Amino acid sequence: MKKSVFLGALTVAGIAATASAAATLDEVKARGKLNCGVTTGVPGFAEPDANGVWQGFDVAVCRAVAAAVLSDPTAVEFVPTTGKTRFTALASGEIDMLARNTTWTFSRDVDLKFEFTGVNYYDGQGFMVPKDLGVSSAKDLDGATVCIQTGTTTELNLADFFRSNNISYEPVPIETGAEAVQQYNAGACDVYTTDASALAAQRANFEDPSAHVIMPEIISKEPLGPLVRHGDNEWADIVRWTLNALITAEELGVTSVNLDEMAAGSNNPEINRLLGTEGDLGAMLGLDKEWGKRAVGVAGNYGEIFEKNIGESTPIGLARGLNAQWTDGGLIYSPPFR
Amino acid sequence: MTTMTDSPVGTPPESFRLSMLLNDTRYRSLTFQFIALVAIIAFMAFVGGNLVRNLAEAGLNISYAFLGEPAGYDINQRPIEYDSQSSHGRAAIVGLLNTLIVAFLACITATVFGVVAGVLRLSNNWIVRKLMSFYVEIFRNVPVLIWILIIFSIMINAMPGPRAFRGENATSSMLFDSFAFTNRGVFAPSPVFNTAFWVVAATFLLSLVAIYLFRANATKKLYSEGKLIPTFWPTLALLFLPTMAVMLIPANPLMGILFIAVCVLFVVGVYLAFTKIRELVPGDNLGGLVALIAAAGMGYIITSLIAPIIMAIGPALGAGPAVESIMTWNMPELKGFNFKGGLQIRGSLIALWFALAIYTGAFIAENVRAGILAISKGQTEAAGALGLRPNRIMNLVILPQALRVIIPPLISQYLNITKNSSLAIAVGYMDVTGTLGGITLLQTGRAIETILLLMLFYLTISLLISFFMNIFNNRMKLQER
Amino acid sequence: MSDAHAHSVAFVRETEIPPSPPPASQAGAIKWMRDNLFSGLFNSILTLLAIYFIYKLVAGAFPWFWNGVWDAESIRDCRDILAERGAETGACFAVLVDRWDHLMFGFKYPQTEYWRPTLAFVLLLFAAAPALFYKYVPRKFLLFTALYPFIAFWLIWGGSLWLPLAILVAIIATGFVFRMVEGLDVNIRSILAAIVGLVAGIGLAYLLYQGAKELWFISNSVGSGSILTMLASFLFKAASVFMFVFFIPMGIFVGYAIYNDAEGGGLVTVVTALFALYLFVAYLVDPVAGAINAIIPIELQAVPSRDMGGYMLNMILGVVCVSLSLPLGIVLALGRQSNMPLIKGVCVVFIEFIRGVPLITLLFVANVMLAYFMPPETNFDLILRVIIMITMFSSAYIAEVIRGGLAALPKGQYEAADSLGLNYTQATRLIILPQALKISIPGIVNIAVGLFKDTTLVSVISMFDIVGMIRGPIQQSTDWISIYWEVYLFASMVFFVVCYSISQYSQWLERQLRTDHH
Repeated sequence: MKKSVFLGALTVAGIAATASAAATLDEVKARGKLNCGVTTGVPGFAEPDANGVWQGFDVAVCRAVAAAVLSDPTAVEFVPTTGKTRFTALASGEIDMLARNTTWTFSRDVDLKFEFTGVNYYDGQGFMVPKDLGVSSAKDLDGATVCIQTGTTTELNLADFFRSNNISYEPVPIETGAEAVQQYNAGACDVYTTDASALAAQRANFEDPSAHVIMPEIISKEPLGPLVRHGDNEWADIVRWTLNALITAEELGVTSVNLDEMAAGSNNPEINRLLGTEGDLGAMLGLDKEWGKRAVGVAGNYGEIFEKNIGESTPIGLARGLNAQWTDGGLIYSPPFR
Repeated sequence: MTTMTDSPVGTPPESFRLSMLLNDTRYRSLTFQFIALVAIIAFMAFVGGNLVRNLAEAGLNISYAFLGEPAGYDINQRPIEYDSQSSHGRAAIVGLLNTLIVAFLACITATVFGVVAGVLRLSNNWIVRKLMSFYVEIFRNVPVLIWILIIFSIMINAMPGPRAFRGENATSSMLFDSFAFTNRGVFAPSPVFNTAFWVVAATFLLSLVAIYLFRANATKKLYSEGKLIPTFWPTLALLFLPTMAVMLIPANPLMGILFIAVCVLFVVGVYLAFTKIRELVPGDNLGGLVALIAAAGMGYIITSLIAPIIMAIGPALGAGPAVESIMTWNMPELKGFNFKGGLQIRGSLIALWFALAIYTGAFIAENVRAGILAISKGQTEAAGALGLRPNRIMNLVILPQALRVIIPPLISQYLNITKNSSLAIAVGYMDVTGTLGGITLLQTGRAIETILLLMLFYLTISLLISFFMNIFNNRMKLQER
Repeated sequence: MSDAHAHSVAFVRETEIPPSPPPASQAGAIKWMRDNLFSGLFNSILTLLAIYFIYKLVAGAFPWFWNGVWDAESIRDCRDILAERGAETGACFAVLVDRWDHLMFGFKYPQTEYWRPTLAFVLLLFAAAPALFYKYVPRKFLLFTALYPFIAFWLIWGGSLWLPLAILVAIIATGFVFRMVEGLDVNIRSILAAIVGLVAGIGLAYLLYQGAKELWFISNSVGSGSILTMLASFLFKAASVFMFVFFIPMGIFVGYAIYNDAEGGGLVTVVTALFALYLFVAYLVDPVAGAINAIIPIELQAVPSRDMGGYMLNMILGVVCVSLSLPLGIVLALGRQSNMPLIKGVCVVFIEFIRGVPLITLLFVANVMLAYFMPPETNFDLILRVIIMITMFSSAYIAEVIRGGLAALPKGQYEAADSLGLNYTQATRLIILPQALKISIPGIVNIAVGLFKDTTLVSVISMFDIVGMIRGPIQQSTDWISIYWEVYLFASMVFFVVCYSISQYSQWLERQLRTDHH
């Protein structure tokens, strides 16, 4: 990989040989690290803690993939991306996968040539207003000033919503969540809109969270999930099935607590296939038998990751809602492991 | 820097040899340029080939078709008509106009700040001098991005929200019932022009032309015949009287004449205050400034004495309809969530405008100071020895020379303001970087196209500004013999 | 007469009266105040206004500072402490204590290694001193300045010591090769020139051939949709044909030129030295450094550049880009002064283009566009791309300053150089540049300060410099959500300290230079 010393020297300084479209898996293995794109910081989903270690719901997906591929959940290089840079970073090969609050849309999938490998969080755009404003529905917001965090499909949904309800508004586009919150709290805007999960996460940090309400209207479908480049189906499969492994593990009751016990063999053949005690699904992916076990072993199954990072016991306090297993009336559903 | 080594006269021209391309200075520069050309083409081949390959691999192409597609997002400050169904191209134009607006406002304000601070830094008042040095140093040495963020934070947190104006126990109230200062921006009455206004405006423009012609004629007379024609009074009269007459006389001759009389009184009062104080207070700049303040004070006193009288008799004489037929004011009102109506100057615009103005003002202050210091004291003394009066010394001797030093750096400061306005992105002001280089780029994913277009925009603006300012600069230049 | 007069007067003072002190209004503090604060009505008003303004400023800010909380876990904690004390306002400086490391080094630089960038920064002062105070620091200390880049690189990025050392040795060795070839006997040198010319000619021809093929490839993929694309396609085809025609003649010509120059030796020396440098760096440095490292491992923990952050990142970008843009700026300025239209044109277009667009668009280019212009296999790290763009940016501005310096030189200097029979290189190196650069130093320092401030713009493209750290991880963290005064004040302060010192230095230098003219 290192062609010369000069390049070698620069590798330390910054040049890294990248993945060509064909064999991301080989590249990752050769590099020994997974380059994973995340946000620059959304509490609960991806943010560095005081020690600089990335934590969060999206981060857990990256770690699971790293564990599956490299057997080391810490072998991840987290690359913070903004709304503007994320797609270029992925397209140019700077990152191997993007696990960031990125909505699966037609144009991103088809026109921008990315492969969405599944949905790890079903979100939707919501509105937050101060309670004392006395507004109960988003349709009462005629003439309101709306703070928008830019960089997602938020502006478009908002424009469509107000247009279809024939009411006027004043958009205030803001780049970072922190600045949006600052403006909202100072009363520079009446309403703050972004994904409902982020609203809840940011409200949790307010001085008095109970003084703010999130409107019942969810004005968009925002299926968020990890994505990879078009054209490398083997790699897309690995990311897709790692996510599915986490989901299936919850469905089948495999947790970080009983993982070793289950991996010793159980009477449910699907668990056995998932954890590699039966069949060899890993080989089909180009991985070893125990990839699924390692993926689940990082932070537990999907439900555990959810509860630990954004669940009701955390300051973020999100309910499972749509993100419950299909067996519990939610939308989280993994194709079978067979 | 190759010098021609001419062959001695009379010797026959040498026949051309290949080595002459290298060793003969006549051809060497051609050789170099040819090599450079080949190198440039090779470089372009390298870059272009990579681009084509990378795009092909990513399955992308270069196309500006997206400019015609609906943008889908809204913009709060719209100098031209725009809604979410307008095209991306139109959104880019809206952004461009917003860039020009903030750059224009900031240039003017920065010049004012800079001139005031630059002059005051040379003041003989110790505390003012130090204060101005403090201003200049503190703003020059901290990044403009940090200033923008700080001033925006002050805007947001120090100003009251519209909610503070609402209800029985409102904590804030509108200034004169017509201006509201909120953290969403300043709301001010906006004029609504009626048809008669355009007649008045046309008259005003015509009188400006007349003033120009008159003054040009006066200068010509001065130079050709040595006659000094007073210009101050005729200028003032031309500036106000025709417009007033058109405004008032058709509607109500008596009222019109009364009004003009009042105006004359006003002008005389102000002039007397100015000249009397000017004689009393010594010193060129100091006396002038004091006199100016005194004149302004006098103007204020006269206005405040007479205005109520006019207000009282005006309607009785039927002046109301005349003024209203020219223009009416659209007052901002607190309705629903926001102030409605009137003119809204948004918080993001104000923050960016002032941050750029204060920051660049500090640089301009240094230029102004340098410009004034560059004129040696002998110039003033020499002009005085020729018998010129102080204001003529300023106008004819000092200013033209100082401006010659000040203007070139001033141009580059204006360019800097225009370029720095792209930091609007930090405060959510929708300039061209925010629309075309921001949301459009995000929504369409057409990074190469949008950024190239963005650079083209700025390049065009910059080149235009330097072009016009250079013309101005050339006119200001002292003609050297 | 005088006697009579003397007698008629009762008393004549024979000693001088000691000078009486000036009246109270004309001395000491009062006089100073009368002169400097209350010399007139207008001045008095200004003074009072200024005092009022200062009073308001201090009255507003002082309690806030005085009540500042330096020890708290989070912003809520801090507010509780303030409320407990009964203070109405108060700063939460605790954020600076809590996040000091992040503000200074970013959140990814290994905590145990903070001494390294700190040491590199301290050494920077020593390295800069010989250049900045060249009159007072002995010349030999410039050696340390020359070594500093390697030391700093090793300290900040870490890895094996032998790598930067090997590169340094390679550069020194190249210098030796240069000297050696320069001193060679003409006959031997002509043999060398023949070999080098042959290799260079063939290599160049090969490169150009590749370029021609590339152009053909581009012209085919431009497509033929509209007139514009057809025109572009045609232009690329024309360029391609041009290259196909000229790649062999160019190779022969350059090869011949090198061979032909054996006697003069300039060209062959330079090309040989470049060859040597390439060979050293491409084939020797890595294995040698690796081999030595295997025997005597001297290593620091390697830190990838994407882990740089905080104020350290601003310093790195500022120092690296200014140092790199200086030589580039000189070349551009000379190019713009050149009397070869093509060279001049290229330089003018480059300079005016860069100066006409905001830095932020160039950073966007670094961020989202530059990757498309690189060969598909390589991918520069963001920090390197940003360094490239900022260097281009500042070199255009520095070029303009130096051009001013060149223009300020009297024409006689050029003519004198010509009359001494110096060629262009000698004249520029020995006569023109030393003087022009000396005149331009204050301007260059101003550009450097501006550039250093502009490094904060990288926060817009999601790099975590000090402003990026504040706007990202700090303001968005659960502990310090939307804290702004304290952190922005801190950021302003660190920039002010550096920029103010540099601008004071610049003014000092200007005074130094001015005395030279007397």
